[in-house]
Formats: sequence, C-alpha cells, structure tokens
Amino acid sequence: MKKSKTQVIVGMGTCGLSAGARQVHDALSALLAEHPGSFELSGTGCIGMCYREPLVEVREKGRRTIYGGVTPELAAEIFERHVRGGDVLEENVALNIADGEIEGGQEQGFQILQRKIVLRNCGTIDPESIGEYEGSGGYKALRKALLEMQPGEIIEEVKKSGLRGRGGAGFPTGLKWSFAARYEADRKYIVCNADEGDPGAFMDRSVLEGDPHSVIEGMIICARAIGASYGYIYCRAEYPLAIRRLTIALEAARKNGYLGSDILGSGFDFDVKIKQGAGAFVCGEETALFASIEGKRGMPRIRPPFPAEKGLWGKPTNNNNVETYANIPWIITNGAGAYAAIGTEKSTGTKVFALAGKVVRGGLAEVPMGTTIDTLVNEVGGGIKEGRKFKAVQMGGPSGGCIPASLGQTPVDFESIPATGAIMGSGGMVVLDDTTCMVEMARFFLNFTQSESCGKCTFCRIGTLRMLEILTRITQGEGEPEDIERLRTLGAQIKEASLCGLGQTAPNPVLTTIRYFRDEYEAHIRDKKCPAGSCQALVDFFIDPEACTGCTLCAKNCPVGAISGSAKQVHVIDNSICVKCGKCMTSCNFGAIYKR
Amino acid sequence: MEESFSYRLWRYDGQPGELIPLLQSAQDHFGYIPRRAIRYIAGVTGVPESEVYGVITFYSQFRLQPMGKHVIRACDGTACHVSGSRMIIETIEDELGIEDGGTTEDGLFTLSIVACIGCCSLAPVIMIDEDTHGRLTPSSLRKLLREYRRREKQAAAAAEAGCADRA
Repeated sequence: MKKSKTQVIVGMGTCGLSAGARQVHDALSALLAEHPGSFELSGTGCIGMCYREPLVEVREKGRRTIYGGVTPELAAEIFERHVRGGDVLEENVALNIADGEIEGGQEQGFQILQRKIVLRNCGTIDPESIGEYEGSGGYKALRKALLEMQPGEIIEEVKKSGLRGRGGAGFPTGLKWSFAARYEADRKYIVCNADEGDPGAFMDRSVLEGDPHSVIEGMIICARAIGASYGYIYCRAEYPLAIRRLTIALEAARKNGYLGSDILGSGFDFDVKIKQGAGAFVCGEETALFASIEGKRGMPRIRPPFPAEKGLWGKPTNNNNVETYANIPWIITNGAGAYAAIGTEKSTGTKVFALAGKVVRGGLAEVPMGTTIDTLVNEVGGGIKEGRKFKAVQMGGPSGGCIPASLGQTPVDFESIPATGAIMGSGGMVVLDDTTCMVEMARFFLNFTQSESCGKCTFCRIGTLRMLEILTRITQGEGEPEDIERLRTLGAQIKEASLCGLGQTAPNPVLTTIRYFRDEYEAHIRDKKCPAGSCQALVDFFIDPEACTGCTLCAKNCPVGAISGSAKQVHVIDNSICVKCGKCMTSCNFGAIYKR
Repeated sequence: MEESFSYRLWRYDGQPGELIPLLQSAQDHFGYIPRRAIRYIAGVTGVPESEVYGVITFYSQFRLQPMGKHVIRACDGTACHVSGSRMIIETIEDELGIEDGGTTEDGLFTLSIVACIGCCSLAPVIMIDEDTHGRLTPSSLRKLLREYRRREKQAAAAAEAGCADRA
C-alpha cells in the first residue's frame, strides 16, 4: 500500500455503523481538523468481529493494531496516546497484526483458525477506492483471463479448482459455466444473486460492502468465459449501503476500463447493471429471480429448460451468488491447484459463515471447508454466552435444519452436512443454547417459509400452513399424540410435490428437530411442558425477590390482576390467575420477572 | 445517483423490466404507491393495471397506504428471535398501540416486522428509519421511543412558537 504515515481506519460496515462507527469517525475527523496532517483517516468494510464493533485500526509501517468497542471518548484517547504518543492501549486491543501475521490481542482466537480468500480485502481496504483494490492485487486476474487465457481455459481452471456454488446447493461452478458456454445465442447474460434472504445470514452483504470489486471482477471473468455481454447484480433493497458501494465500484470500474467496450484492449465487451429486489424470499430461487428482473411477480417456473439454455429474457444465462464470484479472481491469480489444496477432497476452498445467536463472538468467519461445527462454535465463536450449554446449530436458514451438539464433530462440507438432514446453505449459522425451544424454532422457520411461499404449488401453499397450525397448537399446549406423525407425513409430501427449492426444503427445520429432539415434541404434547422454558403458554411467571424494587409497574400492567404487593415491597404473581400474556415481563425495568 | 420519479417516467421508452424500478421510485417519491401512480405507470408501460397491482402485492417492499413519519423495522430474524425479539416487538405494540403494518393515530410511527436486517451480532435489533438500534431490552426500547416522541413534541412546539412570532 502507498502510504507511510499513520493511518486510522474505522470499520464502516452496517454492523459497525449500527454500533456507532459514524460517531467515532466524526470524533476522529474533528481531531484531524484540529491537528491537520497528524494522521490519515479512512473507512473500511466489515472486519468480521461484529461483536466488538465499533472497530478502529491504527496502521503504521506493516503493523496493524485493531481496537474494539471504540467510543468517541476512547477514539480521542487512542489519538492522544497511540497516534501521537506511540503508546498502545493494550487493554482495548482486539487484534495485533505484524507483517500480515497475527501477533496477539484479546480476539486472536477468533482470527487464528480463519483462512481468508473471499474476505481477503474486507476490513483492510477502502471499498470505495478502486486504487486500493488494485493496490492489493485487484484486477490482475482479469488481465490474465482476458489477455493470456482462452475462454475454454478459464472454465477448465475453475473446474480444476473444484469450486462449488456457495449459494447453498453446491453445484460445481466450472461445470455450470461450461453449460452456458455451450449454447449459441445473440445475447447471453450473467447474473449475480445478491438477494441474501435467509434470516441470520449476512455474508454476502459484508462482501458487497467491504470488497465490491472482487465480485465485479469475478463476474467479468465469468462473462468472458461463457461469452456473455450483459450482467445483472440482483441485490436486496434492504442493503442500501451495499447498493451504494456497488454503484460507486461499477462507475470506477467503467472509468478504469474494466467494464464497457473493448475491455483492456481485448476486444471483449461487457457491462453490469444493478437491480434492486423488492422483498420476496422466493426470488433467491433463480427462475423466480429472473422473473423479478423482468419486472414480473417473482414466481419460479419448471426446469428444464435450464437457465444455461433459456434463462433471463429467454437467453442463455449463468447465475452464481456473491461468494462464488468473489472466489474467482483468487483462483485465476493463484491457480486452481492452490485453491484445491484447501478444504476437503470434494469440497475445496473456504466457506464464510455468519456466526450469530447465543455464541460469544458473533460475526463473520471464513474457515477451510471441513472445519468441524465444534471448532466453529467453541474456538472461533468462543463458546456459548453466559456460560450456558451448547444445544444445537441451525444451518442453512429456513431451508436448513438443526444439528444437535452431539453431532458437533461433523465437518462442514457439502457431503457431511446434508447427511445430518440439514443443508450447507449460504452460510448462516445460528447457535442455540438450552433456553431455545426446538419446537418453537421449527414453528418460527415454518412461519417464515409459509408467508414467503409464492403460492404456485398447492403443497407448499397449503401444506406449510397446515404444518404451521399443528406446530402452533403444540407450542400452545394443545398438541395431539398423532401430531408428530402428521408433521412427518406432510413434510415428506411437501418436499416431493413442490416445484422449487423453497417448498422442497421448507419442512427441513421441522423434520430435523423431530429427528433429533423428538423428546421435546413429546414433552409439549404429552406433559404440556416446554423443557427449555420458552413457550409462553407452557411456563409459569415468577418475580425474583432480589431484583424486584416494588415499583408496582408490573401490577399496573397486569390485565387480570394476578400480581399483588404494595409499593416498595416485593411483588408476587398468582399463577392460578395469570393468563401468561407476558405484559409484566416487558414492562419491568429491572429484569426481575422470569419464566420457567 | 437516484433518479426522480418523473424523470424515470419521462426517460422510459419501452425497455423491458422497468416496472419494478418505476414502482420503487414512485414509492420513494410518495412514501407509498397511490392509486393514481398505478394508473399512470400502467398507462406509460402498457402493462395492465391489474398486473401492476399484482406485482405490488407480491413484494413486501411496496405499500398501498401512506406510512408514518418514522418507520420502525423490528427484526424477527433467527438471531433476534432466539435473543428475545418477541418481547421487543410486544413492547413496541404495547407502547405505541399498533400491530405489524399499523400506523399510530398521530401518524408518527409505522411498525413493520421484518425477517432480518443483517445485524445479527447486535440482536435484538430494530431500525427506526435509517438508524439501527441494537442490544435492546424492553426498558431501553421504551426510553428510545419516548425520546422520539419528545423530540417530535419539541419540534411541533417550536414550529408553533415560530408561527406565533410571525403572527
């Protein structure tokens, strides 16, 4: 990189901004105005350690010190003591990196097992500067692919790398490209699926916000390989920052001659447009996504014909997701062999996971394929919050399933995860502890897929609703002994009789929780108890006498007068009157009310 | 970067696939999609009104009713859900007296429950307009909502005082 002076870099991804990065940036920029030339201030994308945001990095000659949990006051102290005084504030250092090697810091456990290919630039470069991307080796792969390789050679290289689609299904990318390359047409299209709709997943958003050029470069290389002249990035409208940074990146790429006509003098023409999604989960399915780009209701259609033959506007189309494209420049630059050497034999390379839920270190982690669930949760993620017990991970979003802690040794790859009944999915990994009710979890996901079903297939439209009704009554203590079998039969039928991935996978969360946590279903149905103490209708509410201040607020809010106690005295709930509405719990300012 | 609704309509000359972007800019402009915009867009694009309506109702982003001054997006994604988002949502419903999709009588707030806003590590999270607020508890949330109310009241009082001055 170009500069030698001290740089101060603020993490300005969505997670950073929501934790207060803007205020920190403002404070630093005021300091810079007071002391002009004392340092250089810039922003970067997601550094991955979302749980320690806002993050501020001080970079001096090969040495990177990343501070976590920075407030405007702490930023002023960092400026005073570190930037001006050269004195590191050890107690606030999240990570210490010297010449690219992790040296120390409180969060080194989060980073040390990671291998960054997709996230290679996230959190290190300014995503709004094409110069910084080029400075870290960006657009070299494009030069090589356009000027030194034939389209067929590009496809061969991708095939040899073993890269498989990161959107969830894991279809070999090189093979997919070769299909689209085979069809002759006056126009071909490239689509980048950035409609990251799984609740609990934010990998693609972070890549788009932190390193948009890597995705664009991957798309141009793909376009060259299959002979496409137009590209679309279909991005969720809920990601305004990603859309803004993509727009800036596309303009810069056009200006520097990487997009447009006669790219780098190779005679190859290609350009990319952004299409904003309008909020429909089913549009993650490729044929529905094409319908949405065409301006219609996003409903899937029967395949074949496959998109490689007849896709967008009826023309041959290749569709990959954000993470898949972001891998391409690295593969072309470093060679297929280097990529295939990472991960397992059948699932090569790395996978980015969005760790969330009850894990200590929630954030973005990129690990080699084949890393076990236990390693991800306990070592990278630092274990479970508040010292509670690790119960399960939910993988693959609403299409995925729950894998119990007892299968924690399962390696994460495209073979092992489906064997458990879950799916790899796009990389959302929500960690659950012993306070999470698995029946409620299944109901939650089904509620989501049910409302997102486009309505085309009867089994998906009505079958999921029937399953949801059954699950709802189980969580309310009105389940019947036959319900478990009903759920399994319905689930199998919905999987069989739905056209697209949404319906084919919607029953997964229910089927996997029945498989691994059948006893919880039985406890709800037979004993009318929720073992996790989560289902409101099946638990009792209590007031912790230690925490209660006798403010009387809960008693005032109770609609049935079940709470007694006078001012400044500990209150008590009469569970024979209580209707379990939970109003007391939300009104208490001292967290004194708990359920069991 | 953003093109205005009227500019987009004026520039439109039959390119396919422009219906959704046109609807999005109409919503940006009006805050929702009014009846007359549907009629107008249908006229310009040649897509029947019924089909335009079908597209609007398919996508959750589009609204046929005006929204409140502040839009609260309460996240009920997986990570927020396991971190107690139900309690957060109930607190909003309780405090403002509205349900999902509803707008308060004074037109200040609209509540919309969404699937995931991608700030999972800050769960439970809500967005008020463009600002994200994370790691909420019922009591910190109440404080936050009251702060918005207080600011609105102050602004209204200041505006009234301004009017009185001029009079």
